[in-house]
Amino acid sequence: MTTEAIQERLKPIVKPYVNNQENFNNLTSESNFIEDLEINSANLVDIVLDVEDEFDIRIENDDMEKMINVEATVNVIQKKLANK
Amino acid sequence: MKSSEIIAKLPYQDPFLYVKTIDEVSETSIKGSYTFKASSWFYKGHFKNNPVTPGVILTECAAQIGLASFGLYLLSQEKNINLDDMKLAMTSTHVEFIKPVLPGDKVIVEAEKMYFRFNKLKSSVKMYDLTGDLVLQGELAGVILP
Repeated sequence: MTTEAIQERLKPIVKPYVNNQENFNNLTSESNFIEDLEINSANLVDIVLDVEDEFDIRIENDDMEKMINVEATVNVIQKKLANK
Repeated sequence: MKSSEIIAKLPYQDPFLYVKTIDEVSETSIKGSYTFKASSWFYKGHFKNNPVTPGVILTECAAQIGLASFGLYLLSQEKNINLDDMKLAMTSTHVEFIKPVLPGDKVIVEAEKMYFRFNKLKSSVKMYDLTGDLVLQGELAGVILP
C-alpha cells in the first residue's frame, strides 16, 4: 500500500481526537499528534487500537512509542503490512 | 491477588477512599461495593439542608473500583510487576446519572474491560443501589503505571 493510501486511511481514524482543526486541515507527513494536532496523549492508545482494526495488524509497545507523527505512523503500518 | 490485597494497595485513604469490598474480579470484569457514610464531608455542602451524593463522588467510586482496583488486578497478572509505587491518572469519563444516592446508601459497582493496552484501561461501568436499580452507567478510562 502506498504512503498516500495509508495516510488517507489514517486521517478519519485520527480526526475524532483532534483538538487543533486548522492544523488537521493542513496535515503533512510531519504533523505531530500531540504538538500540532493537540491530541490528548491518552487518546493515542485509541488511535493505535483503531489503526490495528483498520489495517488488521498488531502494534507492540516499541512500535507505539515511535508513532508520534503521521510519517512515523505510516512507516510502522507499512512495515507491519509487509510482514503479514 | 486477593480482594483485601487489592484494597490495601490502592493509593487512596480516608476521606477519599470509595471502595469497601471487591467481591469478584477476573481478567474480564470486576464487582465491588461502597456504602456512603452519612457523616461524609461532602453532604454538608451538597446540597444545603438536602444531602445528596455528588455525581463526581459517584464517578470517583465507580472509577476506584472499575479502573483503579481493576487495573491493579490486571497489572498484578503480569510478570515482574512491582505494585507498591503505582501511578494512576483518570483520562476520560462519559457517565450518566439515573437515580440519586442518599446518605447511608450502599452501591454495587460492576465494570467490564473494554480494553487494557499500553497501560490504558477503558471500562464500561454500571452502579446499582440495593434495590437493584441502576444509578450510574458509562465508560471510564485511565492510565495505570507500575
